[in-house]
Amino acid sequence: MSTATAERLDATFAALADPTRRAIVARLAAGDATVTELAAPFAISQPAISKHLKVLERAGLVTRTREAQRRPCRLEAAPLRDATAWLANYRDYWGESYAQLDALLADLTADDKATPPPPDGAS
Amino acid sequence: MSTDQRLHVTAPGDREIVMSRTFDAPAHLVFDALTTPDLLARWYGARGWRLVACSVDLRVGGRWRFVSHGPDDAEMAQSGTYREVERPSRLVYTEAFDDQSYPGETLIAHDLTELAATTTLTSTLRYATPEAREIVLRYPMTRGVGQAYDRLDAVLAGLAHPQKEHP
Repeated sequence: MSTATAERLDATFAALADPTRRAIVARLAAGDATVTELAAPFAISQPAISKHLKVLERAGLVTRTREAQRRPCRLEAAPLRDATAWLANYRDYWGESYAQLDALLADLTADDKATPPPPDGAS
Repeated sequence: MSTDQRLHVTAPGDREIVMSRTFDAPAHLVFDALTTPDLLARWYGARGWRLVACSVDLRVGGRWRFVSHGPDDAEMAQSGTYREVERPSRLVYTEAFDDQSYPGETLIAHDLTELAATTTLTSTLRYATPEAREIVLRYPMTRGVGQAYDRLDAVLAGLAHPQKEHP
């Protein structure tokens, strides 16, 4: 993997490591929105939202277009797609390995139950 | 391929991977499956990889070593030292591959919590450097990336509707 890609992944994950920024991304997934619109559901100020947006912009997750006085924010899919792909391969590998572990544990659990309790002498 | 809904993988910070998965078995059995060579040989590895040699000296300071056989006669060996051994709740060890393409050891911590005969295994892998984490996520799992693109919609849907698992 190129250094540029690695750096972009770092930026993507760092940007998504904050709950407010994840909520902003979720809102933008439903459609473009202005800073005012984005700030509405949050109990924080517009300048605070703008700070979060700058982090998302630097990570390439959000772009801002110019439409007259409005500057709606738009979600960019590519970095999210890369981040998803990056983890999914690893996740799928362990998913397969753990499916085998499920089967083993089912056997072991059955063995555990099949083992008769130790005799207590009376009967 | 179906996605395992019980397995959660995140990459917090710049050099960690955290995996969490529930198993329908008590914690002591999950712990044994992670530490007993005969049991490891029955599940460890995927996509054509399987354990062909496995040694475990299960005590603090004890060494472990796994050798796996993979597709096209590939062989891969990994080993390390146990740092914490607390059956059945916690296991910590270092890991390095023989032909590792990045420097440093990885510190792996498994935490097991049992509730109602179900065990949650949380595995935290801390790489020596951010670059090591990047590399390990590419190696040796060489397929499956394409499917991930199909999941973008699901990821976005999940972000947008966190209450609904499958809208």
